[in-house]
Amino acid sequence: MSRTGPADPVQARYASWLEWGTRAGFALLVAGFAAYTTGLVPAHVPVDRLPSLWGLPATEFLAQTGIGAGWGWIGLIRGGDMMNLVGIAWLASCSLPCLAAVAPLFHARGDRVHAWICAIEIAVILLAASGLLATGH
Amino acid sequence: MSRLHFAIALGALVGGMLPQEALAVAAPGMPVAGAMSWWVWPVALFVVCFALGIVAVPAGVGGGVLFVPIVSGFFPFHLDFVRGAGLLVALASALAAGPPLLRGGLASLRLALPLALLASASSIVGALAGLALPASTVQVALGLAILGIVVIMAAAKRSEYPEVKAADRLSIALRMHGVFEDRGGRQVTWQAHRSPAGLVIFLGIGVLAGMFGLGAGWANLPALNLVMGVPLKVSAGSSSFILSLVDSSAAWVYINQGAVLPMVAVPSVIGMMLGARIGARLLGVLSATVVRRLVLALLVLAGLRALLKGLGAWN
Repeated sequence: MSRTGPADPVQARYASWLEWGTRAGFALLVAGFAAYTTGLVPAHVPVDRLPSLWGLPATEFLAQTGIGAGWGWIGLIRGGDMMNLVGIAWLASCSLPCLAAVAPLFHARGDRVHAWICAIEIAVILLAASGLLATGH
Repeated sequence: MSRLHFAIALGALVGGMLPQEALAVAAPGMPVAGAMSWWVWPVALFVVCFALGIVAVPAGVGGGVLFVPIVSGFFPFHLDFVRGAGLLVALASALAAGPPLLRGGLASLRLALPLALLASASSIVGALAGLALPASTVQVALGLAILGIVVIMAAAKRSEYPEVKAADRLSIALRMHGVFEDRGGRQVTWQAHRSPAGLVIFLGIGVLAGMFGLGAGWANLPALNLVMGVPLKVSAGSSSFILSLVDSSAAWVYINQGAVLPMVAVPSVIGMMLGARIGARLLGVLSATVVRRLVLALLVLAGLRALLKGLGAWN
């Protein structure tokens, strides 16, 4: 019976990549939020306007603030609020390199099923991130 | 998170929000009340999430399941933004917990990956459906889901080492077995059974997680432990790992739909993470039973609030 403990190099590699990715994500999140709330980087949507907007559905919020759906926020990245989405997007993506890093290890030990599962999981997250899937109230 | 991270995070919040306001208050002729209003809610959110983080650890629940019903019930943010933030709260906690669990063998990649794949695909469907449905409908469904979760949490028994007489064919093919090191260095071998049922259950869990922005630990744990016969510690560790993938997919749908507002999401994530650190230190001090009862009572209140708010009876 194979191990899943500290001796397992697949788990160890996933853990290392995840640790670094998560640390970087939190650093981005905190630094971005500090820049945003101190006014160091001016926001696309002024903070004092937020109370009149955060009670609206997301689609209406986008319409009233001129932010495009999907990856539209990238075009407004100079705004402090939009800059925060970089840290958030990072955290939502940091499993991708981990999966890509362990898929070859699974393959090398003859576990093609899990190598394929890693590849399909990457495709699922990329599909979700692509912005191709849209809906709204 | 280290002490340095703690200080930076706290500084970003308090130092970031308050000085601007202090200046506004001090400046003559400024409309103080209007200027103050924007930061009151994020600071309140941080405080509430900090408190939720403290009680979540001893109560043995994820922050997301507390966050969404309580914040959607008692804060002025639209449910879309609360669900988006709830997913990020659950995601951040799962990501932070992942590395030690994987290294210690308490999260099993081979067990978790097939289940996470199905749940993350279905979480996209849940997220799209949740964002398409009218907010009042989602609010009613959320209230019912939370009350159902209370029943599951109160009634579900746990088995530290479930008896699995024989692994099924699928779990053998997916190599859902392993060894972990228990108390005193004891090596415990484990295997899973009823994996087809487990896979179907995780499809449903993904839909719920995406639709309501709830972390799904409350459902993952009994599904792994009671249905699939995985030891409690491996179930808890693998549940957290599964969340990290499920919530990544769902979070991207919310980001793309504009349902992640940094002013709501970031104080929530930081507050919950810092609170959880305190909660972990208080594990030996607080009575887990008392805290768990308190959390269940909170969930009943929040579930009723969501239900009645959705029905228009308590706005």
